[in-house]
Amino acid sequence: MIDTLEMLKIFKSYRGKSVVIPGRGGKHWVKLSDNPSRDIPLGDPAMGGHASYAFGLALAIPDETVILFDSEGDLLMNTGALATIADLAPKNFYHFLLDNECYATTGGQPVPNAQKVDYTGLAKSMGYGSTYFIDNLEDFDQKISEILSQDGPVFIHLKINPEIENVPINQRVRWQNRSWDQVLNDIKTELSLK
Amino acid sequence: MSNDGSLNPESVLSQLKSNNITHVVWLPDSETNWLYLLMKDEPTIELVPVSREGQAFSVAAGLSTGGKKPVILIQNTGLLESGDSLRGWGIGLKTPVVMLIGYRGWTRHGKNAFHDVAKFTEPFLIAMGINYYLVENDGDIDRISYAFDEARENSKPVAVLVGDEYSSWN
Repeated sequence: MIDTLEMLKIFKSYRGKSVVIPGRGGKHWVKLSDNPSRDIPLGDPAMGGHASYAFGLALAIPDETVILFDSEGDLLMNTGALATIADLAPKNFYHFLLDNECYATTGGQPVPNAQKVDYTGLAKSMGYGSTYFIDNLEDFDQKISEILSQDGPVFIHLKINPEIENVPINQRVRWQNRSWDQVLNDIKTELSLK
Repeated sequence: MSNDGSLNPESVLSQLKSNNITHVVWLPDSETNWLYLLMKDEPTIELVPVSREGQAFSVAAGLSTGGKKPVILIQNTGLLESGDSLRGWGIGLKTPVVMLIGYRGWTRHGKNAFHDVAKFTEPFLIAMGINYYLVENDGDIDRISYAFDEARENSKPVAVLVGDEYSSWN
Protein backbone atom coordinates (compact mmCIF):
# COMPACT_ATOMS: atom_id res chain seq x y z
CA MET A 1 0.00 0.00 0.00
CA ILE A 2 1.10 3.52 -0.85
CA ASP A 3 0.95 6.58 1.38
CA THR A 4 -0.77 9.28 -0.68
CA LEU A 5 1.27 12.16 0.74
CA GLU A 6 4.58 10.39 0.05
CA MET A 7 3.45 9.47 -3.45
CA LEU A 8 2.52 13.07 -4.20
CA LYS A 9 5.88 14.27 -2.93
CA ILE A 10 7.55 12.09 -5.55
CA PHE A 11 5.05 13.09 -8.22
CA LYS A 12 5.68 16.78 -7.55
CA SER A 13 9.15 16.65 -9.06
CA TYR A 14 7.71 15.18 -12.29
CA ARG A 15 4.61 17.35 -12.78
CA GLY A 16 6.43 19.99 -14.81
CA LYS A 17 3.88 22.41 -16.23
CA SER A 18 1.07 19.90 -16.33
CA VAL A 19 -2.43 20.79 -15.22
CA VAL A 20 -3.20 18.75 -12.10
CA ILE A 21 -6.67 17.79 -10.89
CA PRO A 22 -5.85 16.31 -7.48
CA GLY A 23 -9.29 14.88 -6.70
CA ARG A 24 -9.28 13.04 -3.37
CA GLY A 25 -5.56 13.78 -3.07
CA GLY A 26 -6.35 17.47 -2.94
CA LYS A 27 -5.94 17.90 0.81
CA HIS A 28 -2.29 16.92 0.47
CA TRP A 29 -1.63 18.46 -2.91
CA VAL A 30 -2.72 22.00 -2.01
CA LYS A 31 0.05 22.04 0.61
CA LEU A 32 2.69 20.54 -1.69
CA SER A 33 2.12 22.24 -5.02
CA ASP A 34 4.45 25.01 -6.07
CA ASN A 35 2.34 25.87 -9.13
CA PRO A 36 -1.22 26.28 -7.81
CA SER A 37 -2.38 28.32 -10.76
CA ARG A 38 -2.09 25.08 -12.77
CA ASP A 39 -3.98 23.05 -10.18
CA ILE A 40 -7.73 22.43 -10.19
CA PRO A 41 -8.56 21.27 -6.65
CA LEU A 42 -12.34 21.09 -6.78
CA GLY A 43 -12.95 18.73 -3.92
CA ASP A 44 -16.11 16.99 -4.98
CA PRO A 45 -18.58 18.98 -7.13
CA ALA A 46 -20.59 15.80 -7.69
CA MET A 47 -19.20 12.36 -7.06
CA GLY A 48 -18.75 10.22 -10.14
CA GLY A 49 -17.66 12.97 -12.49
CA HIS A 50 -13.97 13.56 -11.95
CA ALA A 51 -12.79 11.33 -14.80
CA SER A 52 -15.20 12.92 -17.24
CA TYR A 53 -14.32 16.44 -16.15
CA ALA A 54 -10.59 15.85 -16.54
CA PHE A 55 -11.17 14.14 -19.87
CA GLY A 56 -13.22 17.09 -21.13
CA LEU A 57 -10.46 19.45 -20.09
CA ALA A 58 -7.84 17.31 -21.81
CA LEU A 59 -9.86 17.41 -25.04
CA ALA A 60 -10.11 21.19 -24.79
CA ILE A 61 -6.40 21.86 -24.25
CA PRO A 62 -4.55 19.26 -26.31
CA ASP A 63 -1.23 21.09 -26.02
CA GLU A 64 -1.23 20.82 -22.23
CA THR A 65 -0.65 17.69 -20.14
CA VAL A 66 -3.66 16.94 -17.91
CA ILE A 67 -3.18 14.72 -14.86
CA LEU A 68 -6.05 13.42 -12.74
CA PHE A 69 -5.95 11.72 -9.35
CA ASP A 70 -9.28 9.91 -9.42
CA SER A 71 -10.64 7.62 -6.72
CA GLU A 72 -12.16 4.17 -7.00
CA GLY A 73 -15.43 5.18 -5.33
CA ASP A 74 -15.80 8.00 -7.83
CA LEU A 75 -14.95 5.83 -10.82
CA LEU A 76 -17.31 3.05 -9.73
CA MET A 77 -20.17 5.54 -9.98
CA ASN A 78 -19.48 6.07 -13.65
CA THR A 79 -17.29 3.35 -15.09
CA GLY A 80 -18.70 4.05 -18.54
CA ALA A 81 -16.52 7.16 -18.58
CA LEU A 82 -13.59 4.88 -19.30
CA ALA A 83 -15.12 3.87 -22.64
CA THR A 84 -15.64 7.49 -23.66
CA ILE A 85 -12.08 8.40 -22.69
CA ALA A 86 -10.63 5.45 -24.58
CA ASP A 87 -12.81 6.25 -27.59
CA LEU A 88 -11.52 9.79 -28.08
CA ALA A 89 -8.16 8.89 -26.54
CA PRO A 90 -6.61 12.25 -25.67
CA LYS A 91 -2.84 11.83 -25.84
CA ASN A 92 -2.35 14.42 -23.12
CA PHE A 93 -4.38 12.64 -20.43
CA TYR A 94 -2.93 10.67 -17.48
CA HIS A 95 -5.50 8.98 -15.27
CA PHE A 96 -4.21 7.99 -11.84
CA LEU A 97 -6.65 6.04 -9.65
CA LEU A 98 -6.28 6.28 -5.86
CA ASP A 99 -7.75 2.99 -4.64
CA ASN A 100 -8.10 2.71 -0.86
CA GLU A 101 -10.84 0.07 -1.13
CA CYS A 102 -13.29 2.17 0.85
CA TYR A 103 -15.33 5.34 1.17
CA ALA A 104 -12.82 7.02 3.44
CA THR A 105 -14.60 10.33 3.90
CA THR A 106 -17.77 8.69 5.16
CA GLY A 107 -16.16 6.47 7.74
CA GLY A 108 -14.33 3.80 5.78
CA GLN A 109 -17.13 1.57 4.54
CA PRO A 110 -15.84 -0.79 1.82
CA VAL A 111 -16.70 -0.07 -1.80
CA PRO A 112 -18.45 -2.97 -3.56
CA ASN A 113 -16.14 -5.97 -3.99
CA ALA A 114 -13.41 -3.74 -2.60
CA GLN A 115 -10.41 -6.07 -2.71
CA LYS A 116 -11.17 -7.87 -5.94
CA VAL A 117 -12.01 -5.27 -8.56
CA ASP A 118 -9.31 -5.23 -11.23
CA TYR A 119 -9.36 -1.58 -12.27
CA THR A 120 -6.35 -1.98 -14.51
CA GLY A 121 -8.09 -4.80 -16.34
CA LEU A 122 -11.23 -2.69 -16.53
CA ALA A 123 -9.41 0.24 -18.10
CA LYS A 124 -7.61 -2.05 -20.52
CA SER A 125 -10.79 -3.78 -21.61
CA MET A 126 -12.46 -0.38 -22.09
CA GLY A 127 -9.71 0.50 -24.53
CA TYR A 128 -6.91 2.30 -22.70
CA GLY A 129 -3.72 1.54 -24.58
CA SER A 130 -1.46 1.68 -21.56
CA THR A 131 -2.19 0.63 -17.96
CA TYR A 132 -0.19 0.15 -14.78
CA PHE A 133 -0.84 -1.44 -11.40
CA ILE A 134 1.36 -0.13 -8.59
CA ASP A 135 1.04 -1.04 -4.91
CA ASN A 136 4.25 0.30 -3.37
CA LEU A 137 6.10 3.58 -3.30
CA GLU A 138 9.36 2.19 -4.67
CA ASP A 139 7.68 1.00 -7.86
CA PHE A 140 5.91 4.33 -8.22
CA ASP A 141 9.21 6.17 -7.93
CA GLN A 142 10.75 3.87 -10.49
CA LYS A 143 7.91 4.02 -13.06
CA ILE A 144 6.56 7.57 -12.87
CA SER A 145 9.01 8.94 -15.42
CA GLU A 146 8.17 6.18 -17.89
CA ILE A 147 4.44 6.68 -17.34
CA LEU A 148 4.52 10.38 -18.11
CA SER A 149 6.82 10.00 -21.09
CA GLN A 150 4.34 8.07 -23.21
CA ASP A 151 1.24 9.15 -25.05
CA GLY A 152 -2.04 9.06 -23.17
CA PRO A 153 -4.50 8.09 -22.21
CA VAL A 154 -2.60 6.14 -19.58
CA PHE A 155 -4.35 4.53 -16.61
CA ILE A 156 -2.40 3.98 -13.38
CA HIS A 157 -4.07 2.01 -10.58
CA LEU A 158 -2.48 2.90 -7.24
CA LYS A 159 -3.26 0.92 -4.09
CA ILE A 160 -3.19 3.48 -1.29
CA ASN A 161 -3.62 3.49 2.47
CA PRO A 162 -7.08 4.65 3.54
CA GLU A 163 -7.16 7.92 5.45
CA ILE A 164 -10.50 7.46 7.14
CA GLU A 165 -12.44 10.46 8.36
CA ASN A 166 -15.18 9.91 10.87
CA VAL A 167 -15.66 13.40 12.22
CA PRO A 168 -19.05 14.98 11.55
CA ILE A 169 -18.98 17.01 8.37
CA ASN A 170 -19.59 20.32 10.11
CA GLN A 171 -16.57 19.77 12.37
CA ARG A 172 -14.05 19.02 9.64
CA VAL A 173 -11.37 21.50 8.67
CA ARG A 174 -11.82 22.62 5.09
CA TRP A 175 -8.68 21.93 3.08
CA GLN A 176 -9.66 23.93 0.01
CA ASN A 177 -7.97 27.31 0.12
CA ARG A 178 -9.67 28.73 -2.98
CA SER A 179 -13.32 28.83 -4.04
CA TRP A 180 -14.43 27.05 -7.23
CA ASP A 181 -14.75 30.45 -8.89
CA GLN A 182 -11.18 31.33 -7.93
CA VAL A 183 -9.81 27.98 -9.07
CA LEU A 184 -11.47 28.22 -12.47
CA ASN A 185 -10.56 31.86 -12.88
CA ASP A 186 -6.93 31.12 -12.05
CA ILE A 187 -6.57 28.24 -14.50
CA LYS A 188 -8.23 30.20 -17.31
CA THR A 189 -5.91 33.11 -16.69
CA GLU A 190 -2.88 30.82 -16.52
CA LEU A 191 -3.80 29.15 -19.81
CA SER A 192 -4.85 32.44 -21.45
CA LEU A 193 -8.39 31.17 -21.97
CA LYS A 194 -10.20 34.33 -20.86
CA MET B 1 -35.59 26.49 -42.72
CA SER B 2 -38.71 24.66 -43.86
CA ASN B 3 -42.24 26.00 -43.84
CA ASP B 4 -43.97 22.67 -43.30
CA GLY B 5 -44.42 23.10 -39.56
CA SER B 6 -41.77 20.58 -38.65
CA LEU B 7 -38.42 20.83 -36.89
CA ASN B 8 -35.59 19.91 -39.22
CA PRO B 9 -32.20 18.71 -38.04
CA GLU B 10 -30.52 21.04 -40.52
CA SER B 11 -32.06 23.97 -38.67
CA VAL B 12 -30.77 22.71 -35.34
CA LEU B 13 -27.30 22.16 -36.75
CA SER B 14 -27.35 25.64 -38.23
CA GLN B 15 -28.04 27.03 -34.76
CA LEU B 16 -25.14 25.09 -33.29
CA LYS B 17 -22.79 26.36 -35.99
CA SER B 18 -23.91 29.97 -35.74
CA ASN B 19 -23.27 29.83 -31.99
CA ASN B 20 -19.76 28.46 -32.56
CA ILE B 21 -20.36 25.18 -30.78
CA THR B 22 -17.19 23.10 -30.65
CA HIS B 23 -18.42 19.84 -29.08
CA VAL B 24 -21.70 17.96 -28.84
CA VAL B 25 -21.71 15.78 -25.73
CA TRP B 26 -24.48 13.32 -26.23
CA LEU B 27 -26.19 10.07 -25.67
CA PRO B 28 -28.24 9.02 -28.67
CA ASP B 29 -31.89 8.25 -28.72
CA SER B 30 -33.81 6.96 -31.67
CA GLU B 31 -35.36 10.31 -32.49
CA THR B 32 -32.11 12.18 -33.02
CA ASN B 33 -30.37 9.83 -35.43
CA TRP B 34 -30.82 12.15 -38.37
CA LEU B 35 -29.19 14.96 -36.44
CA TYR B 36 -26.37 12.57 -35.56
CA LEU B 37 -25.75 11.80 -39.21
CA LEU B 38 -25.49 15.52 -39.96
CA MET B 39 -23.22 16.25 -37.01
CA LYS B 40 -20.97 13.33 -37.86
CA ASP B 41 -20.17 14.96 -41.18
CA GLU B 42 -19.73 18.45 -39.76
CA PRO B 43 -16.00 19.21 -39.49
CA THR B 44 -16.33 22.11 -37.04
CA ILE B 45 -18.05 20.01 -34.36
CA GLU B 46 -16.57 17.12 -32.41
CA LEU B 47 -18.96 14.48 -31.10
CA VAL B 48 -18.34 13.17 -27.59
CA PRO B 49 -20.45 10.09 -26.89
CA VAL B 50 -21.26 9.27 -23.27
CA SER B 51 -22.79 6.15 -21.81
CA ARG B 52 -24.93 7.78 -19.12
CA GLU B 53 -26.36 11.25 -19.21
CA GLY B 54 -24.89 12.47 -15.92
CA GLN B 55 -21.48 12.02 -17.49
CA ALA B 56 -22.35 14.67 -20.06
CA PHE B 57 -22.37 17.47 -17.49
CA SER B 58 -18.89 16.76 -16.13
CA VAL B 59 -17.48 16.37 -19.65
CA ALA B 60 -19.08 19.67 -20.64
CA ALA B 61 -17.71 21.36 -17.52
CA GLY B 62 -14.20 20.20 -18.41
CA LEU B 63 -14.54 21.39 -21.98
CA SER B 64 -15.83 24.73 -20.77
CA THR B 65 -12.98 25.14 -18.30
CA GLY B 66 -10.65 24.57 -21.24
CA GLY B 67 -12.24 27.34 -23.27
CA LYS B 68 -14.45 25.28 -25.56
CA LYS B 69 -18.17 25.69 -26.16
CA PRO B 70 -20.03 22.41 -25.73
CA VAL B 71 -23.70 21.60 -26.02
CA ILE B 72 -25.37 18.64 -24.32
CA LEU B 73 -27.80 16.53 -26.34
CA ILE B 74 -29.79 14.06 -24.26
CA GLN B 75 -33.33 12.86 -23.68
CA ASN B 76 -35.53 13.95 -20.77
CA THR B 77 -35.28 10.47 -19.25
CA GLY B 78 -31.53 10.98 -18.95
CA LEU B 79 -31.98 14.48 -17.62
CA LEU B 80 -33.71 13.03 -14.57
CA GLU B 81 -30.80 10.65 -14.05
CA SER B 82 -28.39 13.58 -14.24
CA GLY B 83 -29.68 15.56 -11.28
CA ASP B 84 -26.62 15.56 -9.04
CA SER B 85 -24.22 16.02 -11.93
CA LEU B 86 -26.26 18.97 -13.21
CA ARG B 87 -26.20 20.42 -9.70
CA GLY B 88 -22.47 20.06 -9.11
CA TRP B 89 -20.73 20.21 -12.49
CA GLY B 90 -23.34 22.39 -14.19
CA ILE B 91 -24.80 24.83 -11.67
CA GLY B 92 -22.03 24.55 -9.07
CA LEU B 93 -19.19 25.28 -11.47
CA LYS B 94 -21.30 27.84 -13.34
CA THR B 95 -20.92 26.02 -16.62
CA PRO B 96 -22.51 28.07 -19.42
CA VAL B 97 -23.92 25.12 -21.33
CA VAL B 98 -27.11 24.57 -23.28
CA MET B 99 -28.90 21.24 -22.96
CA LEU B 100 -30.90 20.13 -25.98
CA ILE B 101 -33.38 17.74 -24.43
CA GLY B 102 -35.63 15.42 -26.36
CA TYR B 103 -39.03 15.91 -24.75
CA ARG B 104 -40.20 12.32 -24.84
CA GLY B 105 -43.88 11.93 -24.12
CA TRP B 106 -44.80 15.55 -24.55
CA THR B 107 -47.71 16.68 -26.68
CA ARG B 108 -49.00 20.18 -27.09
CA HIS B 109 -52.40 18.96 -25.96
CA GLY B 110 -51.18 18.45 -22.42
CA LYS B 111 -51.81 14.74 -22.76
CA ASN B 112 -48.70 12.72 -22.05
CA ALA B 113 -49.54 9.86 -24.30
CA PHE B 114 -46.25 8.06 -24.72
CA HIS B 115 -44.21 8.15 -21.59
CA ASP B 116 -44.72 9.37 -18.06
CA VAL B 117 -41.36 11.13 -18.05
CA ALA B 118 -42.97 14.15 -19.72
CA LYS B 119 -44.89 14.82 -16.53
CA PHE B 120 -41.71 15.27 -14.57
CA THR B 121 -39.52 17.15 -17.03
CA GLU B 122 -40.57 20.76 -16.50
CA PRO B 123 -41.13 20.40 -12.72
CA PHE B 124 -37.61 18.94 -12.51
CA LEU B 125 -36.08 21.88 -14.39
CA ILE B 126 -38.03 24.37 -12.27
CA ALA B 127 -36.90 22.65 -9.08
CA MET B 128 -33.28 22.90 -10.24
CA GLY B 129 -33.69 26.56 -11.13
CA ILE B 130 -32.99 25.91 -14.81
CA ASN B 131 -34.71 28.13 -17.35
CA TYR B 132 -35.95 26.43 -20.50
CA TYR B 133 -37.25 27.11 -23.98
CA LEU B 134 -39.62 24.93 -25.96
CA VAL B 135 -38.82 24.27 -29.61
CA GLU B 136 -41.47 22.52 -31.68
CA ASN B 137 -40.73 23.50 -35.25
CA ASP B 138 -38.45 25.61 -37.40
CA GLY B 139 -40.45 28.70 -36.48
CA ASP B 140 -39.11 28.34 -32.93
CA ILE B 141 -35.53 27.75 -33.93
CA ASP B 142 -34.22 31.15 -32.80
CA ARG B 143 -35.00 30.12 -29.22
CA ILE B 144 -31.90 27.96 -29.34
CA SER B 145 -29.81 31.09 -29.76
CA TYR B 146 -31.71 32.75 -26.93
CA ALA B 147 -30.70 29.82 -24.75
CA PHE B 148 -27.03 30.16 -25.73
CA ASP B 149 -27.12 33.89 -24.97
CA GLU B 150 -28.73 33.28 -21.60
CA ALA B 151 -26.31 30.52 -20.63
CA ARG B 152 -23.36 32.79 -21.43
CA GLU B 153 -24.77 35.89 -19.76
CA ASN B 154 -25.78 34.09 -16.56
CA SER B 155 -22.97 31.49 -16.46
CA LYS B 156 -25.31 28.58 -15.91
CA PRO B 157 -26.98 25.75 -17.80
CA VAL B 158 -30.09 26.50 -19.84
CA ALA B 159 -32.41 23.89 -21.36
CA VAL B 160 -34.06 23.66 -24.77
CA LEU B 161 -36.90 21.17 -24.80
CA VAL B 162 -37.30 19.65 -28.24
CA GLY B 163 -41.01 19.04 -28.38
CA ASP B 164 -41.34 17.56 -31.81
CA GLU B 165 -38.93 14.71 -31.66
CA TYR B 166 -41.40 12.05 -32.65
CA SER B 167 -42.99 13.48 -35.72
CA SER B 168 -40.20 15.07 -37.67
CA TRP B 169 -36.71 14.03 -36.77
CA ASN B 170 -36.83 10.67 -38.41
